[in-house]
Amino acid sequence: MKRQPAVLVLKDGTTFEGYAAGYQPESGISTGEFVFNTALSGYQEVITDPSYAGQVIAFTYPHIGNYGVTPIDDEAIRPWCAGVVARDFTDVPSNWRSEESIEAMLIRHQVPAIVGIDTRRLTRHLRNFGALPGAFGTAPVAAIEAAARVAVGTDGTDYVSRVSTPTAFTRGDGDLHIVAFDYGIKTTMVNQLVDRFRVTVVPSSTSADEVRALRPDGVFLSNGPGDPAALPKEIAVVNSLLGEVPIFGICLGHQLLSSALGGSTYKLPFGHHGSNHPVKDLTTSRVEITAQNHNYAVTPDSLQRAVVTHVNLNDGVIEGVASAAERCFSVQYHPEAGPGPHDARYLFDRFETLLRHGTMEVA
Amino acid sequence: MPRRTDISSILVIGSGPIVIGQACEFDYSGTQACQVLREEGYKVILINSNPATIMTDPTTADVTYIEPLDPDVVTDIIRKERPDALLPTLGGQTALNLTMELVRRGVLEELGVEVIGAKPEAIATAEDREQFKAAMADIGLEVPRSGFAHSVAEAVVIAQEIGYPIIIRPSYILGGAGTGIAADAEQLVVLAGEGIAASPVREILVERSIAGWKEYELEVMRDRNDNCVIVCSIENFDPMGVHTGDSITVAPAQTLSDVEYQEMRDDAFAVLRRVGVETGGSNVQFAVNPENGERLVIEMNPRVSRSSALASKATGFPIAKIAARLAVGYTLDEIPNDITRATPASFEPVIDYVVTKIPRWAFEKLPGAEAILGTRMQSVGEVMAIGRTFPESLQKALRSLEQSWLGFGGDHPYSEFIEGMDDATAERLLLRAGIGAPDRLFVLHALLRAGVSSERVVAATRIDPWFVDQLQIIVDAEIEIASTDLATWDRRTWRRIKQLGFSDTQIASIVNSTRKDIAQLREAQGVLPTFKTVDTCAAEFDATTPYHYSTWEDDSEVVTSPKDRVIILGSGPNRIGQGIEFDYCCVHASLALRADGYETVMVNCNPETVSTDYTTSDRLYFEPLTSEDLDNIIRAEQAACVDGAVVKGVIVSLGGQTPLKLAGGLDPALILGTPVASIDQAEDRKQWSAICDELGIAQPPGNTATTLEEARAVAQVVGYPVLVRPSYVLGGRAMEIVYDDDSLKRVMTGLLSAHGALAREGGVSADRPVLIDRFLEDAVEVDVDALRDATGDSYIAGVMEHVEEAGVHSGDSACALPPQNLSPAIIEEIRNSARRLAERLSVVGLLNVQFAVKDEELFVLEANPRASRTVPFVAKATGVPLAAIAARVMLGTTLADLRAEGILPADTPEPTYVSVKEAVLPFNRFPGVDTILGPEMRSTGEVMGIGESFGIAFAKAQLASGLRLPDSGQVFLSLADRDKAAGLKLARQLRELGFTLAATIGTADFLRSNDVAVETLVSKVGLRDVAHDAVELIGSDQVQLVVNTPSGRGARADGAKIRSACMTHNVPCLTTMAAGLAAARGIADTRAQGWRVTSLQELHS
Repeated sequence: MKRQPAVLVLKDGTTFEGYAAGYQPESGISTGEFVFNTALSGYQEVITDPSYAGQVIAFTYPHIGNYGVTPIDDEAIRPWCAGVVARDFTDVPSNWRSEESIEAMLIRHQVPAIVGIDTRRLTRHLRNFGALPGAFGTAPVAAIEAAARVAVGTDGTDYVSRVSTPTAFTRGDGDLHIVAFDYGIKTTMVNQLVDRFRVTVVPSSTSADEVRALRPDGVFLSNGPGDPAALPKEIAVVNSLLGEVPIFGICLGHQLLSSALGGSTYKLPFGHHGSNHPVKDLTTSRVEITAQNHNYAVTPDSLQRAVVTHVNLNDGVIEGVASAAERCFSVQYHPEAGPGPHDARYLFDRFETLLRHGTMEVA
Repeated sequence: MPRRTDISSILVIGSGPIVIGQACEFDYSGTQACQVLREEGYKVILINSNPATIMTDPTTADVTYIEPLDPDVVTDIIRKERPDALLPTLGGQTALNLTMELVRRGVLEELGVEVIGAKPEAIATAEDREQFKAAMADIGLEVPRSGFAHSVAEAVVIAQEIGYPIIIRPSYILGGAGTGIAADAEQLVVLAGEGIAASPVREILVERSIAGWKEYELEVMRDRNDNCVIVCSIENFDPMGVHTGDSITVAPAQTLSDVEYQEMRDDAFAVLRRVGVETGGSNVQFAVNPENGERLVIEMNPRVSRSSALASKATGFPIAKIAARLAVGYTLDEIPNDITRATPASFEPVIDYVVTKIPRWAFEKLPGAEAILGTRMQSVGEVMAIGRTFPESLQKALRSLEQSWLGFGGDHPYSEFIEGMDDATAERLLLRAGIGAPDRLFVLHALLRAGVSSERVVAATRIDPWFVDQLQIIVDAEIEIASTDLATWDRRTWRRIKQLGFSDTQIASIVNSTRKDIAQLREAQGVLPTFKTVDTCAAEFDATTPYHYSTWEDDSEVVTSPKDRVIILGSGPNRIGQGIEFDYCCVHASLALRADGYETVMVNCNPETVSTDYTTSDRLYFEPLTSEDLDNIIRAEQAACVDGAVVKGVIVSLGGQTPLKLAGGLDPALILGTPVASIDQAEDRKQWSAICDELGIAQPPGNTATTLEEARAVAQVVGYPVLVRPSYVLGGRAMEIVYDDDSLKRVMTGLLSAHGALAREGGVSADRPVLIDRFLEDAVEVDVDALRDATGDSYIAGVMEHVEEAGVHSGDSACALPPQNLSPAIIEEIRNSARRLAERLSVVGLLNVQFAVKDEELFVLEANPRASRTVPFVAKATGVPLAAIAARVMLGTTLADLRAEGILPADTPEPTYVSVKEAVLPFNRFPGVDTILGPEMRSTGEVMGIGESFGIAFAKAQLASGLRLPDSGQVFLSLADRDKAAGLKLARQLRELGFTLAATIGTADFLRSNDVAVETLVSKVGLRDVAHDAVELIGSDQVQLVVNTPSGRGARADGAKIRSACMTHNVPCLTTMAAGLAAARGIADTRAQGWRVTSLQELHS
């Protein structure tokens, strides 16, 4: 495929050469915060994960698009990411499940991309200097550089209200009823809940009283994009529901729950984005390989009313907390696994146990 | 929880000789395991019969036994050493089988030895076909359904249950005769009938055919807390139907969606849990239907394997090392990741590059074997290449093979079909491409280059469309290179082309230019090679281990250092004639020079080896061994020198022929050790003869030829028989003994033809003439390894007397150290001549000289100023680390220094025991190939036997090589006329030992006329007029040993049938009189003295 030359410039001026791919905006310039993802497979799920809103995803695995894309694997009705960086896009995907190429999908959803990039150099740069905003595209280099200088990151920005469902909807027919806050909820997460419960997915702006009116047996806090510190209203809602009803949170939901429990959050240098992070469940001593996608984490020792249940073995980051008294727990990583290993799906069962028996194993 | 403290000593079983399917990957894993267990404070007792391994170095384990891997012998060792535990999972199938036999015999239970790593029940579940099937059914996983049938009707019933297509395999048939795939009942009836008729036991396996499905493999680790991780996923380029060891394989999996991959991952864990592998590494193989994703479990191995070695090299995750730690009680989260040091081993490596493995076969050395790949592995080695993309890694792998291929394309046996390919030719080639074969990639190239559509190629081959599209990308680039003016290319174009893995040499060959000119054009655009790092984590964490590969990106990651460095060139893929022995030498060099304060840099492309363990050297470049790739590495290393550090040079003389071939292209100032000129002097016929004349060392008469006429003229002068061999080849490649004009014509025609035996090795030219020498019949051959330093001091490391007479390639011949039948005067003359040759050739490092002794007269056959295949054997037999010494000598250490250090003895030790090296041949894999030995080397590996007498050492070596000498019964003699005199001696010895004799009519007449009784008379094969048919006799359990010597010339058909029958019925067969006599001594000595097991540490203390 004949591609147009393009460049990628980070806010600090670091420049990479590549070729334009995916959707090409008229201006020839796209911006966002650059993060890398190390998963070897699951690019479609990653691209459609709403948690990436505002971010440009650089895949470290060089061949992206090999097995095509299929609507079944979408994690949301559309991608929210600001762009995709890859070493190589496959023109001819091959898999019985595939319905279109990655290129076609990105164009359809107007997601810009740049390929032919030395993604290893980019990754090492992001590892050393942290997630950086920047710009890329086919516009003249000077224009891209100018755009990169003024590009902004995700700090302090509320992306949640943009990606959340505008209206509530209900799925499943279990005997227990769950209200799931959609801060940017992934389809696989909904599916895991629906396998066990009747689920009402509600907008992120839903108030505590509105939740109470639905008379849920439990509340679920989903993943979502951006800085948890930018979501004081959401935290207040969770705080108000604490103790009234069992709560389970994942990713952003974990950060909101922790905040509601009195904890604080901080931004990791380059986040955790991949499908291979070892997490130790301190209650069982088992190690699970987990899918992760977060830039923020809960500050150690900031938690007064909860205990740490899971830690990341790579860097000691808090990966899970629980409070028996408040009947709630949450994890920073993605037990629903879309993409990623299924090692932690037991947590959905743990939630069910909590709802049915009011107990959970806490160290 | 830390390691177990209730055990303190562990027995590790190695995998024995290098054979097809079990190569140096088990030296790599075994060595890692031994090192780790010793680090943990355990006493490690090792047994392995293969002397060419690093694991059998006296420093690798606490107690090292080079003894046959036989249950009786291992039992003796267990009784002597009383280990607390046995670790069977690191020595391949050999170690597993041996362990299971010890379990069956109750030895381990009796002596209180615990099996760690994998429990016997788990091994049984994984290995037994029926048990495994049942276990998979338990956990709801599918295996290919099958059943045995003894009649066509039975086959039809089974097939109906299974569903079509069905594959039919007759039982007990070698080579796949009678195998076929039936699409429906009609075809099944025909094929089942044929198959049942073909099977000697009238039985066929009726199995669901999954030929053409996609094949995957997952490498899994599990610890005692039930933590499981996948180290690597591997996808085969070749669809199901080709043994995975013979398949091109790629890591990671390319065409599985995450949904499918995660399900496969769940299945793999379920398999480990059900089989019961409590700790360690295993692999699980899957077949996936490309139409609907249906997934079947093919098999699992509850141990480290060839693919786990590949996975370790592909990801940087050292599976064997971790498996050993898990076996002694650690959990994955307690073990640090070697590469990041900061993160634990309980993670799943991710990579940001593509790894391609391509096997290397040796069909050219095995006339009679059909070069078709199937379910039985036939390759003898493999290469691995790392690139950022599949096209780059594939092209790098192809040039790593050292088969003159520059990449995907170029001159190959199918290039002639490209120009104007018509549809009929395309159809024919498509049919060819549908069959797994060593040259399939080149058929694919011809088709795509000729414009045949990817869709047609996919339909004909069932190779995944993604792979075929990637091949198409390379072909499109080739067309672009051929059709545009390279002078107009800008930086982006050069970069794009180079990123597809095209070497400058390859581009030059496409546009008819030179590598230098291409490099100039490219460099003018600022496009330069870069070196990236293998780090297990796709750069997410800082890596401390410098393990590099080249690619064409923005920046390089080679870290600067202020230390002088030495580059060591490895030996590339294992092949017959060049294998683990050379890797052993390279590893020793690296370790010795590191200890001397140098930074060592290893370059190699063989994933099975210890040399490509990233901890062996200070830096590892996993790269093709070509001039161009090497130049890039040298430049990168020079650029990384700071504070006055320099690249001291390149060691080319320890990796066999591969690095030697590169020496000519290097700056002579960078060659360490013996100068290149000396290598040429020893190889160039004229210079070599002049040197021998000058030194007064006799050579067999001979000369060179480049045409048949010249060859005839030489033969006329020197007289038949003559030995005909090409120059600059290893392992006696295409070497033949010729007895008359007709044979000479046949041999020369073969050597000279464009696509003949040497086509891939540079052919015949004035620079590379054919050598023709008088062949010394019945001479004793002798090998000498010697060392010389830059001051002229020398050391004779070992003199080895061959058991087989001259004419059998030295690599295929058994040999004894010290020599058994040579007079002291001849030995002195041999040592003397070797020293003078070393001096004359200005050797700095190792020299190997081959001599022939005939009637107390000494002839020199050849000298090689480099490490020889026998270096590790001599090192083990004498306790002197030759390769390490050679490396240090090359950097300027003197032999006197080494004597002062106590590393080198004052003079060659005179061992009080005898060591015998025996070759191991791959004939059981190639049923059509005659098993007689000749001047072309065909052995894949070697074993060593150590004993108080020659007889015992020989018998041990035989047992280690798989041939158990009988203690009673009947011996069948079938001897060539010229062997009859010696045969009489053998027959008398056998009778004295109590054996009865069977003999062919001619041999029997001769023996009887000399008063030796013969109980059984054997007639020619197929003629049962007067006596037993030879083949039937062998098949009837009435013969325990066969000595069949082929006649020097003429028909060998009967002999071939006898030898083939021995192979089929597993009857030991010796094909030389010398081996027969040695066997008789072995039987006699064994009976008289019995065997003792002795460790190397005891021998050398």
